[in-house]
Amino acid sequence: MAAGPVTVRLQREDFDIAAEQRRLAEGRPDIGAVVAFTGICRGGQEGTAALTLEHYPGMAEEEIGRHVAEAGRRWALKGVTVIHRYGRLVPGDNIVLVLTAAAHRGDAFAAAEFLMDYLKTRAPFWKQEERAGEGKNWVEAKDADQAAADRWKGPPRGQAAE
Amino acid sequence: MKVLYFAWVRERIGKTEEVVDPPPTVRTVGDLAAWLATRGEEYAYAFENPKVVRAAIDRSHVKPEAAIAGAREIAFFPPMTGG
Repeated sequence: MAAGPVTVRLQREDFDIAAEQRRLAEGRPDIGAVVAFTGICRGGQEGTAALTLEHYPGMAEEEIGRHVAEAGRRWALKGVTVIHRYGRLVPGDNIVLVLTAAAHRGDAFAAAEFLMDYLKTRAPFWKQEERAGEGKNWVEAKDADQAAADRWKGPPRGQAAE
Repeated sequence: MKVLYFAWVRERIGKTEEVVDPPPTVRTVGDLAAWLATRGEEYAYAFENPKVVRAAIDRSHVKPEAAIAGAREIAFFPPMTGG
């Protein structure tokens, strides 16, 4: 099963969630649910002043595309949009947008969570963090993110082993 | 073959990419990392803990035992922290 129309974009500039959702779902009476996940640069108690995102041009798009295709095999999707920003971002800035469209909400929710878990651990992006008075440090990968991605290993839901 | 470096691997080596010509005994990605590590202090620093450094061949993730024969582009980078 394909994931429907797929848009994958990497960009420096911000994205417009409402415009992206219209682009995905307008004029599509077969779509009954769109789940939108937005990842936002966090500041607050952690003291992050800015994040700089580096990526591997070419591979990032291909790797995201592979996971969108996998999501399309696992769930009945009607369309997917993934937009990931790179460059320097400050707290409150959008980082990533995942939109998943389906006939029913279950498929859209599950596919959005799957895609985010894989983006965190498999898409070639690296965050460098700036803190007030500390300079820059590369963010270390979190075991919790790997554990979240590992949950999806094994046979896809609804497809019995042969 | 072209070798690319990202994030702190790039910073430690001081290059974003280069063309290398390893000897024929270098057959796998792990061999290539070990060979690169002998090329100078900056490389030794980047690959000081080879288990941490990830690799891709022609833009797909690979394990250290992956063969490099025929590869156009090999990338080394830390664990990913996107999303």
